[in-house]
Amino acid sequence: MKLNERSLAFYATCDAPVDNAGFLYKKGGRHAAYHRRWFVLRGNMLFYFEDAASREPVGVIILEGCTVELVEAAEEFAFAVRFAGTRARTYVLAAESQAAMEGWVKALSRASFDYLRLVVRELEQQLAAVRAGACPPPPLPRRPSALPPKENGCAVWSTEAPVASAALSGSEPPPPPPRRRASAPHGPLDAAPFAQLHEWYGQEIRALRSRWLTSRAQPDRCQGLSWATEGH
Amino acid sequence: MRYNEKELQALSRQPAELAAELGMRGPKKGSVVKRRLVKLVVNFLFYFRTDEAEPVGALLLERCIVAREEPSGFSISFMEDPERKYYFKCCSEEQCQEWMEALHQASYEFMRRSLIFYRNEIQKMTGSPGAVRHI
Repeated sequence: MKLNERSLAFYATCDAPVDNAGFLYKKGGRHAAYHRRWFVLRGNMLFYFEDAASREPVGVIILEGCTVELVEAAEEFAFAVRFAGTRARTYVLAAESQAAMEGWVKALSRASFDYLRLVVRELEQQLAAVRAGACPPPPLPRRPSALPPKENGCAVWSTEAPVASAALSGSEPPPPPPRRRASAPHGPLDAAPFAQLHEWYGQEIRALRSRWLTSRAQPDRCQGLSWATEGH
Repeated sequence: MRYNEKELQALSRQPAELAAELGMRGPKKGSVVKRRLVKLVVNFLFYFRTDEAEPVGALLLERCIVAREEPSGFSISFMEDPERKYYFKCCSEEQCQEWMEALHQASYEFMRRSLIFYRNEIQKMTGSPGAVRHI
């Protein structure tokens, strides 16, 4: 298959936001040795270079339709990028620290275009709802909440990890964590109590999520990892 | 540059945002217009010979320039070489508009900007940047 490799190489080294970068060990093949490479994640493309100063990537892993998993390997801090299909390749990578490994696993799990599009669509719907000044649905029976409140008193889930935020907002600082306000200065929803807003948004998102999960019934499309259920 | 071709081929078989048979001409001098099944999947444009399962080729759509090419056609080129164009011929004005619109949105960078935009808008209206559950 032909591919516009020249453009791809250009994209690898241009000034678009970088979602993560660092040295990783990459296993050559099933029985091959690890090679230390400089990895750059940009969008749904994971480029790898001979070293940080190289002008052109050695290669790229296109990150659509993959899962990211922790693996048992001789190498410490190892994880895998696994694609579906009988002869599909599994890329085994190893970071140089626990923190680096966690950072990579998180960034790679959210890297697909598919996932980003889903997030954008959810926000688009939320904005439309907020603008329409829609009445919140009738209060639902209180269900036992397994979600512990966050330290700042507000149970809105944070949207981005610091690395991803920095990449997304370019030169701007990441948005401050959501603050609980007694009443918002503008907007049609300032009369609704926060808990009700949270429940309302949560409902919408749970519904969207279950629709998404059923439409992506193949396990290889699942982006979730154990971190996805942390403390919310 | 090495790339995971099998996975790219698998991607070409995923549901498309847009797919149609269009006339296509490559950037090389002297190339002729050929009928191709053109398929937009995430930020890739695949093109197939009609009735073939594997694509002839794929274009990553990051940093691309989409321009109108009269009559009822458009071109795709890339920022590092804007004059090196892939030409596409549509069967109508509407189809051409539809493709140009879809291609404009088919980049990761565009999606990123949309994300920032929506979060800012929601923040302006509600004081918080929107609740999105990471799944």
